[in-house]
Amino acid sequence: MVPTNYYLILSAILFGLGVLAFVFKRNIITIFMAIELMLNAVNLTFVAFSQALGKPDGEVFVLFVIVVAAAEAAVGLGIIILTARNRRSLNVERVDLLKL
Amino acid sequence: MTAPVIIFFVLAALAVLAAVSLILQQHPIHSALSLIVVMVSLAGLYLLMGAEFVAAVQIIVYGGAVMVLFVFVIMLLNAGLEERTNFSKLATFGGIPLALALGGIIAAAIAKSSGHLPPPAASGAMSSTKQLSMLLFSEFVYPFELTSFLILVAILGAIVLAQREN
Repeated sequence: MVPTNYYLILSAILFGLGVLAFVFKRNIITIFMAIELMLNAVNLTFVAFSQALGKPDGEVFVLFVIVVAAAEAAVGLGIIILTARNRRSLNVERVDLLKL
Repeated sequence: MTAPVIIFFVLAALAVLAAVSLILQQHPIHSALSLIVVMVSLAGLYLLMGAEFVAAVQIIVYGGAVMVLFVFVIMLLNAGLEERTNFSKLATFGGIPLALALGGIIAAAIAKSSGHLPPPAASGAMSSTKQLSMLLFSEFVYPFELTSFLILVAILGAIVLAQREN
Protein backbone atom coordinates (compact mmCIF):
# COMPACT_ATOMS: atom_id res chain seq x y z
CA MET A 1 0.00 0.00 0.00
CA VAL A 2 1.09 3.55 -0.66
CA PRO A 3 1.64 5.53 2.58
CA THR A 4 -0.88 8.29 3.21
CA ASN A 5 1.93 10.82 3.50
CA TYR A 6 2.80 10.44 -0.19
CA TYR A 7 -0.71 11.49 -1.17
CA LEU A 8 -0.64 14.46 1.20
CA ILE A 9 2.70 15.67 -0.15
CA LEU A 10 1.49 15.33 -3.75
CA SER A 11 -1.63 17.25 -2.78
CA ALA A 12 0.47 20.02 -1.21
CA ILE A 13 2.64 20.26 -4.35
CA LEU A 14 -0.43 20.49 -6.61
CA PHE A 15 -2.04 23.11 -4.35
CA GLY A 16 1.19 25.15 -4.37
CA LEU A 17 1.34 24.97 -8.16
CA GLY A 18 -2.29 26.11 -8.25
CA VAL A 19 -1.45 29.13 -6.09
CA LEU A 20 1.53 29.87 -8.33
CA ALA A 21 -0.66 29.77 -11.42
CA PHE A 22 -3.30 31.91 -9.70
CA VAL A 23 -0.75 34.61 -8.87
CA PHE A 24 1.21 34.56 -12.11
CA LYS A 25 -1.30 34.08 -14.88
CA ARG A 26 -2.95 37.08 -16.50
CA ASN A 27 -5.63 35.33 -18.51
CA ILE A 28 -8.89 35.19 -16.57
CA ILE A 29 -9.75 31.71 -17.91
CA THR A 30 -6.37 30.30 -16.87
CA ILE A 31 -6.80 31.80 -13.39
CA PHE A 32 -10.13 30.02 -13.17
CA MET A 33 -8.40 26.78 -14.15
CA ALA A 34 -5.88 27.36 -11.34
CA ILE A 35 -8.79 27.45 -8.88
CA GLU A 36 -10.00 24.10 -10.26
CA LEU A 37 -6.47 22.71 -9.79
CA MET A 38 -6.50 23.77 -6.13
CA LEU A 39 -9.92 22.17 -5.62
CA ASN A 40 -8.58 18.95 -7.12
CA ALA A 41 -5.61 18.99 -4.75
CA VAL A 42 -7.98 19.33 -1.79
CA ASN A 43 -10.10 16.45 -3.11
CA LEU A 44 -6.99 14.25 -3.17
CA THR A 45 -6.43 15.05 0.52
CA PHE A 46 -10.04 14.14 1.34
CA VAL A 47 -9.80 10.76 -0.38
CA ALA A 48 -6.37 10.04 1.15
CA PHE A 49 -7.66 10.66 4.67
CA SER A 50 -10.81 8.70 3.90
CA GLN A 51 -8.61 5.77 2.98
CA ALA A 52 -6.31 6.24 5.96
CA LEU A 53 -9.18 6.33 8.47
CA GLY A 54 -11.15 3.59 6.74
CA LYS A 55 -14.33 5.69 6.56
CA PRO A 56 -16.13 6.76 3.37
CA ASP A 57 -17.16 10.16 4.83
CA GLY A 58 -14.32 11.93 3.04
CA GLU A 59 -15.48 10.62 -0.32
CA VAL A 60 -18.97 12.06 0.30
CA PHE A 61 -17.33 15.45 0.84
CA VAL A 62 -15.43 15.01 -2.42
CA LEU A 63 -18.75 14.54 -4.20
CA PHE A 64 -20.04 17.78 -2.64
CA VAL A 65 -16.86 19.61 -3.64
CA ILE A 66 -17.27 18.39 -7.22
CA VAL A 67 -20.90 19.60 -7.29
CA VAL A 68 -19.91 23.02 -5.95
CA ALA A 69 -17.04 23.22 -8.44
CA ALA A 70 -19.39 22.45 -11.32
CA ALA A 71 -21.84 25.15 -10.17
CA GLU A 72 -18.94 27.55 -9.71
CA ALA A 73 -17.66 26.82 -13.21
CA ALA A 74 -21.08 27.52 -14.73
CA VAL A 75 -21.52 30.88 -12.95
CA GLY A 76 -17.85 31.85 -13.24
CA LEU A 77 -17.68 31.22 -16.96
CA GLY A 78 -20.90 33.23 -17.37
CA ILE A 79 -19.20 36.13 -15.61
CA ILE A 80 -16.11 35.66 -17.80
CA ILE A 81 -18.20 35.84 -20.98
CA LEU A 82 -19.91 38.99 -19.68
CA THR A 83 -16.59 40.60 -18.77
CA ALA A 84 -14.99 39.68 -22.07
CA ARG A 85 -17.96 41.14 -23.93
CA ASN A 86 -17.85 44.42 -22.03
CA ARG A 87 -14.07 44.89 -21.81
CA ARG A 88 -12.98 43.27 -25.09
CA SER A 89 -10.10 41.70 -23.17
CA LEU A 90 -9.43 38.58 -21.10
CA ASN A 91 -6.63 40.21 -19.12
CA VAL A 92 -7.48 40.54 -15.43
CA GLU A 93 -5.36 43.66 -15.15
CA ARG A 94 -7.81 45.46 -17.41
CA VAL A 95 -10.81 44.53 -15.27
CA ASP A 96 -10.34 47.27 -12.69
CA LEU A 97 -13.78 48.83 -12.30
CA LEU A 98 -13.71 48.53 -8.51
CA LYS A 99 -10.08 49.66 -8.18
CA LEU A 100 -9.54 52.86 -6.20
CA MET B 1 9.10 -0.99 -4.22
CA THR B 2 5.80 -2.69 -4.74
CA ALA B 3 3.57 -2.22 -7.76
CA PRO B 4 1.12 0.28 -6.14
CA VAL B 5 4.00 2.55 -5.13
CA ILE B 6 5.42 2.50 -8.67
CA ILE B 7 1.99 3.28 -10.13
CA PHE B 8 1.63 6.10 -7.58
CA PHE B 9 4.92 7.67 -8.60
CA VAL B 10 4.12 7.44 -12.32
CA LEU B 11 0.70 9.07 -11.86
CA ALA B 12 2.04 11.65 -9.40
CA ALA B 13 4.86 12.64 -11.78
CA LEU B 14 2.32 12.94 -14.61
CA ALA B 15 0.06 15.16 -12.47
CA VAL B 16 2.88 17.44 -11.32
CA LEU B 17 4.36 17.76 -14.83
CA ALA B 18 0.95 18.62 -16.26
CA ALA B 19 0.37 21.19 -13.49
CA VAL B 20 3.75 22.79 -14.28
CA SER B 21 2.79 22.76 -17.95
CA LEU B 22 -0.47 24.57 -17.03
CA ILE B 23 1.63 27.41 -15.63
CA LEU B 24 4.20 27.53 -18.42
CA GLN B 25 1.84 27.38 -21.40
CA GLN B 26 1.00 30.75 -22.89
CA HIS B 27 -2.14 29.72 -24.73
CA PRO B 28 -5.28 29.01 -22.62
CA ILE B 29 -6.25 25.96 -24.69
CA HIS B 30 -2.89 24.32 -23.89
CA SER B 31 -3.43 25.08 -20.20
CA ALA B 32 -6.89 23.50 -20.40
CA LEU B 33 -5.48 20.33 -22.00
CA SER B 34 -2.80 20.17 -19.29
CA LEU B 35 -5.51 20.45 -16.64
CA ILE B 36 -7.34 17.50 -18.23
CA VAL B 37 -4.16 15.41 -17.85
CA VAL B 38 -3.96 16.41 -14.16
CA MET B 39 -7.58 15.38 -13.61
CA VAL B 40 -7.23 12.03 -15.36
CA SER B 41 -4.09 11.15 -13.41
CA LEU B 42 -5.88 12.11 -10.17
CA ALA B 43 -8.70 9.79 -11.21
CA GLY B 44 -6.07 7.05 -11.58
CA LEU B 45 -4.85 7.80 -8.05
CA TYR B 46 -8.42 7.53 -6.72
CA LEU B 47 -8.68 4.11 -8.39
CA LEU B 48 -5.39 3.16 -6.74
CA MET B 49 -6.89 4.11 -3.38
CA GLY B 50 -9.95 1.98 -4.03
CA ALA B 51 -12.40 4.87 -4.49
CA GLU B 52 -13.89 3.75 -7.78
CA PHE B 53 -17.02 5.90 -7.67
CA VAL B 54 -15.07 9.10 -7.01
CA ALA B 55 -12.70 8.20 -9.86
CA ALA B 56 -15.62 7.75 -12.25
CA VAL B 57 -17.24 11.02 -11.13
CA GLN B 58 -13.88 12.78 -11.45
CA ILE B 59 -13.57 11.70 -15.08
CA ILE B 60 -17.22 12.29 -16.04
CA VAL B 61 -17.86 15.59 -14.23
CA TYR B 62 -14.41 17.20 -14.13
CA GLY B 63 -12.66 15.71 -17.14
CA GLY B 64 -15.87 15.69 -19.13
CA ALA B 65 -18.41 18.37 -18.24
CA VAL B 66 -16.36 21.12 -16.58
CA MET B 67 -13.44 20.97 -18.98
CA VAL B 68 -15.74 20.89 -22.01
CA LEU B 69 -17.28 24.08 -20.59
CA PHE B 70 -13.82 25.62 -20.30
CA VAL B 71 -12.76 24.61 -23.80
CA PHE B 72 -16.09 25.85 -25.16
CA VAL B 73 -15.64 29.27 -23.53
CA ILE B 74 -12.05 29.50 -24.81
CA MET B 75 -13.35 28.73 -28.30
CA LEU B 76 -16.30 31.11 -27.96
CA LEU B 77 -14.18 34.04 -26.81
CA ASN B 78 -11.44 33.21 -29.30
CA ALA B 79 -8.88 33.51 -26.52
CA GLY B 80 -5.43 34.06 -27.92
CA LEU B 81 -1.96 34.22 -26.46
CA GLU B 82 -1.66 35.70 -23.01
CA GLU B 83 -0.48 39.30 -23.11
CA ARG B 84 2.23 40.13 -20.65
CA THR B 85 1.49 43.12 -18.45
CA ASN B 86 3.33 44.24 -15.37
CA PHE B 87 0.79 46.25 -13.47
CA SER B 88 1.06 44.14 -10.35
CA LYS B 89 4.31 44.52 -8.41
CA LEU B 90 3.11 42.02 -5.80
CA ALA B 91 2.89 39.21 -8.35
CA THR B 92 6.32 40.01 -9.78
CA PHE B 93 8.24 40.00 -6.53
CA GLY B 94 5.95 38.23 -4.09
CA GLY B 95 4.58 35.38 -6.16
CA ILE B 96 7.33 32.77 -5.95
CA PRO B 97 8.32 33.45 -2.29
CA LEU B 98 4.69 33.43 -1.15
CA ALA B 99 3.89 30.21 -3.01
CA LEU B 100 7.05 28.57 -1.68
CA ALA B 101 6.23 29.75 1.85
CA LEU B 102 2.74 28.28 1.56
CA GLY B 103 4.15 24.98 0.24
CA GLY B 104 6.71 24.98 3.09
CA ILE B 105 4.03 25.55 5.73
CA ILE B 106 1.90 22.72 4.36
CA ALA B 107 4.91 20.39 4.08
CA ALA B 108 5.95 21.22 7.66
CA ALA B 109 2.42 20.49 8.90
CA ILE B 110 2.45 17.14 7.09
CA ALA B 111 5.92 16.26 8.41
CA LYS B 112 4.89 17.17 11.97
CA SER B 113 1.70 15.16 11.92
CA SER B 114 3.01 12.14 10.02
CA GLY B 115 3.59 10.16 13.22
CA HIS B 116 -0.08 10.38 14.16
CA LEU B 117 -1.44 9.02 10.91
CA PRO B 118 -2.83 5.50 11.11
CA PRO B 119 -1.54 3.05 8.51
CA PRO B 120 -3.75 2.94 5.42
CA ALA B 121 -6.59 0.47 5.55
CA ALA B 122 -6.58 -2.46 3.18
CA SER B 123 -7.70 -1.48 -0.31
CA GLY B 124 -11.32 -2.16 -1.12
CA ALA B 125 -12.18 -2.83 2.50
CA MET B 126 -13.49 0.62 3.22
CA SER B 127 -15.31 2.19 0.35
CA SER B 128 -17.49 0.17 -1.88
CA THR B 129 -19.90 2.34 -3.83
CA LYS B 130 -22.69 0.74 -1.79
CA GLN B 131 -21.28 2.02 1.50
CA LEU B 132 -20.78 5.44 -0.03
CA SER B 133 -24.38 5.65 -1.23
CA MET B 134 -25.73 4.41 2.12
CA LEU B 135 -23.87 7.23 3.84
CA LEU B 136 -24.86 9.81 1.23
CA PHE B 137 -28.57 9.04 1.47
CA SER B 138 -28.77 8.61 5.25
CA GLU B 139 -26.43 10.86 7.16
CA PHE B 140 -25.76 13.42 4.43
CA VAL B 141 -29.22 13.51 2.87
CA TYR B 142 -29.96 17.16 3.78
CA PRO B 143 -26.70 18.51 2.31
CA PHE B 144 -27.38 16.31 -0.71
CA GLU B 145 -30.81 17.90 -1.21
CA LEU B 146 -29.31 21.35 -0.68
CA THR B 147 -26.86 20.79 -3.53
CA SER B 148 -29.82 20.42 -5.88
CA PHE B 149 -30.92 23.94 -4.89
CA LEU B 150 -27.35 25.12 -5.40
CA ILE B 151 -27.30 23.71 -8.91
CA LEU B 152 -30.70 25.26 -9.68
CA VAL B 153 -29.48 28.68 -8.51
CA ALA B 154 -26.26 28.24 -10.51
CA ILE B 155 -28.23 27.45 -13.67
CA LEU B 156 -30.46 30.50 -13.18
CA GLY B 157 -27.42 32.66 -12.44
CA ALA B 158 -25.57 31.47 -15.52
CA ILE B 159 -28.60 32.16 -17.74
CA VAL B 160 -29.16 35.64 -16.27
CA LEU B 161 -25.47 36.50 -16.62
CA ALA B 162 -24.97 35.21 -20.13
CA GLN B 163 -28.12 36.57 -21.81
CA ARG B 164 -27.64 39.57 -23.99
CA GLU B 165 -29.27 42.73 -22.68
CA ASN B 166 -31.70 44.47 -24.97
